[in-house]
Amino acid sequence: MAIQPLAIAACTLTNALGRGVAASLDALRRGESGLRFCDFEDTHLNTWIGPVAGLEEEPLRGEFAPFDCRNNRLARLGLEQDGFGAAVRQARDRYGPDRIGVFIGTSTSGIGATEHAYRQCDPITGSLLATFDYPHTHNVFSAADFTRRWLGLSGVAMAISTACSSSAKAFASAWRQMRAGFCDAAVVGGVDSLCLTTLYGFNALGLASTRPCRPWDIERDGLNVGEAAGFALLEWAEPGDDRVLLLGYGESSDAWHMTAAHPEGAGAALAMQQALARAEIAPEQVDYINLHGTATPLNDAAEDRAVARVFGPDTPCSSTKGWTGHTLGAAGITEAIFVRLCLEHGLIPGTLNTRQRDPKLGAGLVLENRESVLRTALSNSFGFGGTNCSLLFGRGNI
Amino acid sequence: MNPLAVEAVGLMAPGLAGWPASQAVLAGQQPYIAEPMPATIATLLPANERRRVTATVRLALQVAQEAMAQIDLDAGTIRTVFASSGGDSEVLDKICVALTQPDRPVSPTHFHQSVHNTPAGYWAIAMGCMQPSLSLSAYDGSFAAGLREAAALAWADQARVLLVVYDQPLPFPLAERRKIVAPFAVALLLNPTAMVNRLALLRLGPSATNEPADRLDDPDLERLRAGNPAARGLPLLCAIARRLRGRAVLAVDENTTLSVEATP
Repeated sequence: MAIQPLAIAACTLTNALGRGVAASLDALRRGESGLRFCDFEDTHLNTWIGPVAGLEEEPLRGEFAPFDCRNNRLARLGLEQDGFGAAVRQARDRYGPDRIGVFIGTSTSGIGATEHAYRQCDPITGSLLATFDYPHTHNVFSAADFTRRWLGLSGVAMAISTACSSSAKAFASAWRQMRAGFCDAAVVGGVDSLCLTTLYGFNALGLASTRPCRPWDIERDGLNVGEAAGFALLEWAEPGDDRVLLLGYGESSDAWHMTAAHPEGAGAALAMQQALARAEIAPEQVDYINLHGTATPLNDAAEDRAVARVFGPDTPCSSTKGWTGHTLGAAGITEAIFVRLCLEHGLIPGTLNTRQRDPKLGAGLVLENRESVLRTALSNSFGFGGTNCSLLFGRGNI
Repeated sequence: MNPLAVEAVGLMAPGLAGWPASQAVLAGQQPYIAEPMPATIATLLPANERRRVTATVRLALQVAQEAMAQIDLDAGTIRTVFASSGGDSEVLDKICVALTQPDRPVSPTHFHQSVHNTPAGYWAIAMGCMQPSLSLSAYDGSFAAGLREAAALAWADQARVLLVVYDQPLPFPLAERRKIVAPFAVALLLNPTAMVNRLALLRLGPSATNEPADRLDDPDLERLRAGNPAARGLPLLCAIARRLRGRAVLAVDENTTLSVEATP
């Protein structure tokens, strides 16, 4: 039997395309990228990034001042858009603040605060500045802790940190913990912000492109790091629910290599197959796939093998990384919300920046935006350590 | 609430070198002596990887390996949940130091080892395990959060789950802002059926409670419990070791606790 679906009762998204979901939908429709040449802090890197404007000028104040760092500023900015706070307040009245779980994906949380603190440490003793607050900024849990406090929630809360699959796996955890009775509704999401660790780290691995990323292109040569905050309020779907629903999820491990994807995409295929199996939906019933599609040569090739094996060459698929860059731990929620927009507005986004499709790749890549009635759509998120997660969404009443 | 059987335990901390050697201490039948921890070697990794992995990874893999060695099962078939408050601070420290230097020479190895799911990745590779795996943090509540997630996963998939909870003291200067007094790691192999051949049967409270967390009678053991997020599971391990009907109240955060019933 198919699993009990979860309804997306509310959601919000802030990224390089702007604040709120309307900014993302508008940019997707217009084909306008949020990528720009890297001018983050004092970096000297020949790469492009997907930054969120205005974070430098908006510190956290008052009771939230201890949480002040780029990552939590971004979380706050995200939580303030799209009436999300009001939707959670209503849910809080309905379920109780201790019965709404918080599941937030992040890869680097507020490590930017530690990067700054190390550069300003005492030259004699090596101690960090007295103002540096490890638990409220750097620690992985900070992103989830800030979110639950900002929303006034007091139930189960955790940060999921499985690199670039983090906020996709937040949906799977929320489903399980609601099923187990640990909570009755859930705020899921992801927050990851630009920092030197990821910019110089991807550069050191030779995975950062010197140009706007070109997923599936014959000349693709790497990713662009982006940043985003996205959140969704989930509750059990009701009979005849006409909202966008999480119909299935699939998770797997590559068991192959810490940074390189399995060359045949074996783990990725397993995750997609399990999402389909949980939803009891056949591959040919899926109308669109939002690829992980980071635009590194090996990752795209591995995902392509997996998609082609599970779906064949005809299912329309695209990568939206050319709009947002790779938002790492926030990629799962970013693309889950993109999929929701696509389902609601009948949009299949193209693959921005990609000019000539790599002829060795066999999935049904869409290059230009097209209008289409969509009933179900899949979103893929994969990460370092060989972690894979696929989410299957559909419009209610299908 | 559904039952959850504990089939095997792995344990590593100062004075608690492995589950068999620790049961009498945790049951209160022998005094706790905080002897230095034996070196962990991560024998399941190939020699070149063994040299590259950090103390945090070795600690997590050690207890996972110990738990799986107690039963005749292919680790490649077992789902995993890894919980840690801070992950690998040794690696994060090295990256942040590199970022203070000219040209910011971040090591590619350190960068890929910096993700919170590094132990999970190494475990999956070593065991050839393609099963789902989750890595999480809930700061000082990481043991309770890991136990909840592992239970939810075991029940949802009706499958065994290996829970690994670990934290390692932070290096200077981070250590000045986050006190973790000693390494501590525990692995619990959990089974969603009330099978007969078990160490304990657990029942988790459905909601957080406000009752105070259990403290341990032995002052050194209590110092360990309060001084490492992974060790906040010690009251439950004591209940399992006593092999009597018992209840453990585990610290989650400053306001809430998780209550767990344990029966043999």
